[in-house]
Amino acid sequence: MKKQVTLSKEFFKGVWDNNPVLKQLLGLCPTLAVTVSAINGLAMGLAATFVLVMASLLISSIRKIIPAQVRIASFIVIIATFVTIVDLVMKAKFPDLSKALGPFIPLIVVNCVILGRQEAFASKNNPGRAFLDALGMGTGFTIALLVLGGIREIIGSRTFFGIQIMPDQFEPWLIMILPAGAFLTLGLILGAVNVYIDRKKRLEHESIIAHYKRVGREELIEELEVK
Amino acid sequence: MNKVAQMIIVLTSIGIISGGLLAIVSGWADPLIAANQKAETEAAIFRVQPDGKKYQQVENSGFELYKVMNENNQTTGYALVYEGNGFSGKIRLIAGLSDDLNNISAIEILEQVETPGLGTKITEEPFTSQFKNLETNPKIDWVKGEKPDKSNEIQTITGATISSKAVVAILNDGISRLKKLRDNGGLK
Repeated sequence: MKKQVTLSKEFFKGVWDNNPVLKQLLGLCPTLAVTVSAINGLAMGLAATFVLVMASLLISSIRKIIPAQVRIASFIVIIATFVTIVDLVMKAKFPDLSKALGPFIPLIVVNCVILGRQEAFASKNNPGRAFLDALGMGTGFTIALLVLGGIREIIGSRTFFGIQIMPDQFEPWLIMILPAGAFLTLGLILGAVNVYIDRKKRLEHESIIAHYKRVGREELIEELEVK
Repeated sequence: MNKVAQMIIVLTSIGIISGGLLAIVSGWADPLIAANQKAETEAAIFRVQPDGKKYQQVENSGFELYKVMNENNQTTGYALVYEGNGFSGKIRLIAGLSDDLNNISAIEILEQVETPGLGTKITEEPFTSQFKNLETNPKIDWVKGEKPDKSNEIQTITGATISSKAVVAILNDGISRLKKLRDNGGLK
């Protein structure tokens, strides 16, 4: 029997608890490569979200007729179709953006966030839940890329979405828009997230201990410590 | 047996439906993409040949070359699209040349993958504007760390010497091929 979770949780788990970039560390190749500016991060995030949502919806609705033996092949064909559509639409309507993201759009096909969600979620759940899950994961992916791109753009080229926000006296750190800057920034963000989670866990732990002490059940504390 | 049939049928139908869908989207997008590329080339040609009003591709030149004309159909010069190796990949540029091929009117870098913040400065104004009215005889030359004093010299960018030299080399290569073409009567 599967544990049923609320619909809002289905959405928000992708944004924070299971954030594809910050928690699952999936899809790092596009994450590191395209985030030299906030707009690139946002566009990559939105393109991946679109593909993720469409593929999840479709795969979830035909999950019962796809034989298990050919499921990966089916997923890849469906994902590749949507990616090619995104690529063509961007080339036709947003040529500048398409130039900036260049070779990374076709690579969404093998973005492991997308294939991972099909395998782990869409192929086992109904379209409604698959949609929420995909939307949440996509949002989490987009936010992570936007934050990463924003930080790198502000420090590396003094601008945010192309608008200069740092004073002229601030010498841009070139390394931030080089590949090394992506690793440094992502590492620091991951570190900050982990520190925050550890702190939250410790505070929760302490509040439970305090509660047990208040109600006089010290023997439970020892049990907790063992855990 | 039933399982095998299902596998074949499902995968085939997915493939056919995907293919059909892509054919429709591509039919819609292809003319738009071609128009975008044409508009881009056209805009670049007129940026490096500001006096031009019309242009015409020169056939059989072996490379991308446009003859640019003013409103009276007089040739004002040429626009040459040429590429070569930069510091970390291909550099593709367009150069406007006077009718006699002795002067550059302007250049623009179309594609490059140079180091962000250093090599990418070759696309920016202080560097590209050095090529305005530059003489191409006997060939374009570069100087490092000082202001150029000859009319066929440019100054390389500090920290991006190789990228700057690459632009000069690509231009020299393209222009010498163009001159050879002219001497063989290929521009008539």
